[in-house]
Amino acid sequence: MNTQTPSMTTAGIDKHGKRHWRTLAGWAVALGVLSWAWQGTGMRPGLLIENADNMLVLAGDFVPPNFGNIAHYIDQMLVTIQIAIWGTLLAVVFAIPCGLLSSENLVPWWIYQPIRRLMDACRAINELVFAMLFVVAVGLGPFAGTMALFIHTTGVLAKLFSEAVEATEAGPMEGIRVTGAGRIEEIVFGLIPQVLPLWISVSLYRFESNIRSATVLGMVGAGGIGVSLWVTMRGFQYAETATIMLVIIVAVTLLDMASQFVRKRFI
Amino acid sequence: MSLTTIAVEHLSKTFGHSPVLQDVGFEIRAGERVALVGPSGSGKSTLLRHLVGLTKANRHSDSRVTVMDRCIQRRGRLARGSRAQRCRTGYIFQQFNLVGRLSVMTNVLIGRLGCMPRWRALIGRFTPEEHEMALRSLKRVGLEELAHQRANTLSGGQMQRVAIARVLMQDADIILADEPIASLDPRSAREVMDTLQRINEEDGRTIVVSLHQVDYARDYCQRAIALKHGQVYFDGPIDQLTDIRLAYLYANAELDKPHESRFPASAPTALRVAG
Repeated sequence: MNTQTPSMTTAGIDKHGKRHWRTLAGWAVALGVLSWAWQGTGMRPGLLIENADNMLVLAGDFVPPNFGNIAHYIDQMLVTIQIAIWGTLLAVVFAIPCGLLSSENLVPWWIYQPIRRLMDACRAINELVFAMLFVVAVGLGPFAGTMALFIHTTGVLAKLFSEAVEATEAGPMEGIRVTGAGRIEEIVFGLIPQVLPLWISVSLYRFESNIRSATVLGMVGAGGIGVSLWVTMRGFQYAETATIMLVIIVAVTLLDMASQFVRKRFI
Repeated sequence: MSLTTIAVEHLSKTFGHSPVLQDVGFEIRAGERVALVGPSGSGKSTLLRHLVGLTKANRHSDSRVTVMDRCIQRRGRLARGSRAQRCRTGYIFQQFNLVGRLSVMTNVLIGRLGCMPRWRALIGRFTPEEHEMALRSLKRVGLEELAHQRANTLSGGQMQRVAIARVLMQDADIILADEPIASLDPRSAREVMDTLQRINEEDGRTIVVSLHQVDYARDYCQRAIALKHGQVYFDGPIDQLTDIRLAYLYANAELDKPHESRFPASAPTALRVAG
């Protein structure tokens, strides 16, 4: 079936043959890329079996988890959540104007192109890199982590927000324009109601993923539970590490459920 | 009442390489009920959009659109303040163009945005008087009991009547309706046209409505302007838009040009019947 349809629609065995050749070439390129990447990553699945004994010993060190310091770790996890809350909130606040200003259907190209490139830059650099920079700028601690999350998340959300804006219908906005309302009223009443459910949904998703990101920010000194994670792992205190991981898993799961609940409420 | 409300002169519009409107000109007096008829693609919507400045005419043409003695656009350039001028002209769309996720009430209140102080408009603070006015508008279109529903829960006919209520909020002297009943069932279509007629008769607001169902035009309008291939093909009392003229209006093929020979016209490019 599949091979017959193109020959019938494109009419001509030549064209059919060419298409076939191109498909093969496509597969060859795909396989080439995969094997090239395999070499680069030094994939040796055999090691997993050869070193199975080592891994069992390592895994054994994790159990039973040592719950002695759990109160401290919970405190640290709360700081991590606080970093994620403010990092995300600031990002949402700044991503709204940046997202609107990088939407093709709202502003001319000489506005949306520069804003989009700026947002690309915010997005391209990982949170950890920003965290290291902010540790230098504002010192060790959660504030550096919050700023790092804020900058990176602004870049991500501005793109997602503007994609939602570009997918809206022009009709409701025109309906408001003809009443004599101004451009901003047009956006507030005609556009925002259309994009709000999607904006809330992606913001909540970024909040969830920022909690996960915030757990490692401490590794570079930017606050949160990452500090303890780093210290216990470097000190081979795997029983402590296990406790920290459990705290993280429980917290992330609970917050995912909470954000799911909020999402259902709003959409 | 012989005041000219809408004057269109030498209006031409080309999209890409295809001319949509060619040297269109007419005048509409205050309080008239005018049907804009013609086959699809004849330029009815484009013409109406020019009257509120949603579309700009060709740059090089000598066009001019005047609504209530104020220039809307001239030579393809929007006049200064044409946005503010829009609140004197209500506009109804085929696809209603309500904001689906807002309540019916808010959609009606939106009609007031153009006439409010800017700061109140931006934060959406409507006064109790405005709320009352919105309820009165909804009552006139017979939908006051739906005020607090979301607009996207309504039927097509109800949505169109909400759009009319929004126009009433604007206190517009002119109502332009672009195919208001094209996506409605016959009963809803009657309700919408009845509402428009009532508003025209009770308040004396001028109504220009584009229709592709000529039966509705005959039932509800006094005057017809027929467009064919972007030119005015007929302009006169609706009862003179006879079946044979309609047949030529909707026929395509070689009958492109207005048929001056068959129907002698006073104007060279159009059938103009003294009304």
